[in-house]
Amino acid sequence: MYVYDEIDQRLVDERVAQFRDQTRRFLAGTLSEDEFRALRLRNGLYIQRHAPMLRVAIPYGLLTSAQLRKLAHIARTYDRGYGHMSTRQNIQYNWPRLEEVPQILAELASVQMHAIQTSGNCVRNTTTDQFAGVADDEIVDPLVWCEMIRQWSTFHPEFTWLPRKFKIAVNGSRADRAAVEVHDIGLHAMRADNGAVGFKVLVGGGLGRTPVIGHVIREFLPWQHLLTYLDAILRVYNRFGRRDNIHKARIKILVKEYGPERFREEVEAEWAHLKDGPATLIPEEIRRLESRFTRPQYLQQPGAEAALERQLAADRAFAKWHQRNVFPHKQPGYAAVTLSLKRTGVPPGDITAGEMDAVAELADHYSFGELRVTHEQNLVFADVRKADLHALWRTLRPLGFATPNIGLLTNIICCPGGDFCSLANAKSIPVAAAIQQRFDDLDYLFDIGELDLNISGCINSCGHHHVGHIGILGVDKNGEEWYQVEIGGNQGRTGHGVGASLGKVIGPSFARAEVPDVIERLIGCYLEYRDSEAERFIDVVHRIGHDPFKKSVYASVAKVAAAEPA
Amino acid sequence: MATLIKKRRFVADSWQLLECAADGALPEVTDTGAVIVPLALWRARRDALLARGHAIGVWLDSGESAEDIAADLNHFAVVAVSFPTLSDGRGYSTARLLRERHGFTGELRAIGEVRRDQLLFLERCGFDAFALRDDQDAEHALEAFEEFSEAYQVSVTQPVPLFRRRASSGPAA
Repeated sequence: MYVYDEIDQRLVDERVAQFRDQTRRFLAGTLSEDEFRALRLRNGLYIQRHAPMLRVAIPYGLLTSAQLRKLAHIARTYDRGYGHMSTRQNIQYNWPRLEEVPQILAELASVQMHAIQTSGNCVRNTTTDQFAGVADDEIVDPLVWCEMIRQWSTFHPEFTWLPRKFKIAVNGSRADRAAVEVHDIGLHAMRADNGAVGFKVLVGGGLGRTPVIGHVIREFLPWQHLLTYLDAILRVYNRFGRRDNIHKARIKILVKEYGPERFREEVEAEWAHLKDGPATLIPEEIRRLESRFTRPQYLQQPGAEAALERQLAADRAFAKWHQRNVFPHKQPGYAAVTLSLKRTGVPPGDITAGEMDAVAELADHYSFGELRVTHEQNLVFADVRKADLHALWRTLRPLGFATPNIGLLTNIICCPGGDFCSLANAKSIPVAAAIQQRFDDLDYLFDIGELDLNISGCINSCGHHHVGHIGILGVDKNGEEWYQVEIGGNQGRTGHGVGASLGKVIGPSFARAEVPDVIERLIGCYLEYRDSEAERFIDVVHRIGHDPFKKSVYASVAKVAAAEPA
Repeated sequence: MATLIKKRRFVADSWQLLECAADGALPEVTDTGAVIVPLALWRARRDALLARGHAIGVWLDSGESAEDIAADLNHFAVVAVSFPTLSDGRGYSTARLLRERHGFTGELRAIGEVRRDQLLFLERCGFDAFALRDDQDAEHALEAFEEFSEAYQVSVTQPVPLFRRRASSGPAA
């Protein structure tokens, strides 16, 4: 966890004071609705379907137990007792009162947190791999670079009124768990032959209504040049990105219009002026940032492996959980554990204040008082002793956080949808619930194997449906909610070596009640065609194409035109 | 007339801002007085404007670039950059380019949708004059410059980024 210094703290405190004054002026009538809207959006405050929604940044997903307790306190005191983990490593509160938001921000600042730039057309919270710093396949620890980008992007004088929102993701492992290929800028941290750190730079990826896989514009950017190069990209975008049409304003549209090669040339021409300037990074700063990150004091764990093997052999349920929810750690004797927030019957990503407190206590006990939130809307204890895994699992089960479904069909990524969001065309949470209920047999789930199922309630794609192996999109047809189904999406390079891909719609959309049947038909088709258990759903789609899946869905599903039951 | 802030003080504005007509027709220029002219007028009547013997300013619309006037900057006492809407942020880049790349040292004025809550960032990008919108609370507007006491980035007002200043002031506290 990065620990603020006096200046970091002062800036966040000054933001609280600034927003308090803006809110006061708005409520006093001296700041117009329009003006306040533009300003509050830079502080994560939307006016939603029922009430304001406040989005709080969890920079690159890292939280301390003290911060989580504060989030619980906020949920309890200012909201309805729960929060929603978003797909961008943020937490959202759906029921705060506008007049109390300055006070919430002050509470956040007291634990080194904020809502700065969590919405609006500016550089948003930087996201990364939830296993950053601990993954056994890691090449470069991205955390220091994420904090560097957080500081660079916070109150950037030139880039707070961009054509559209701007999202940067950093990955430092062989696998891509940060989905860098579908971000406005994706950075793959890597090492040159001499060990020096640098970044492969991708631009113009994104989801939304025009999903695009990003283009590489630099194979290796030495770390010293990270900020000047980002400045160059953002300046080209700020100057030349479209502002006449909100739907064509993302950087991906500019990259598409120019073509990646011309876009690269524009960036390089701009960068030629900035390169080696004062924003060029220096080793002292990297060392300073590294020194401000708390790091766990790992201990030798003699005998842990053997004991764990015995527990796994003796307890099938524990072994299933271990198979899905425990991730290998670079430090011998330790493991990273995912707490699933995807149990059947609970909206994906939702967590109550009581649960937050319970998790905070477990983090203190089992994982050095720290945790992470993931873009798949789960929580991670990154540093658990292998000797403690069994005890942790037994503690998590009654809390409902031990559902062994990470990477499986019921680990659904899902936006808040029409139940909360004013942009949504359709509800998404009830669809997720219906699918989870249909696939509640664990043995069957394990047999189906790895499968990402993502649901968005509208084309803004907050549920990342374009990169789900199966993606579901809520659409509006004459005032009714319908659901389009895509297959073949993939969020990023995995162990199997397959890069990111975008799903394609299989055909006409479905009523809500039909969706679980459709998923079942898709799964049936997959099981029929897979050549072994090692061949995942996505692999089969890529191998045999869409047609067999379409056939099995549309030949079998009786089209139910009637409105679906609530 | 909009309230003019210059170098964080309210000042009287001695400049007349000329605009093209809605159909694009160029405005007439009288013989006397300092004027800020649209780029199109500068391009069309450059020699006549210089021959007037009065100070000249030019203003750029948000789609016009620093490069469009880079070679002429020595003629201008004022360059104004227009913000047609609050959310159109191109002028922030224009200002930095004028200051940092093209070395403009005259008055750099923000015009159009200029509101209190933008002032500090506009200043950091190189503006030193601000034609505040009429509906803004001028009395408290200057407070906006003091809202943040530090910044991480390189800017016109702080060319040395915080990390270099941190490094030169010794180990982190």
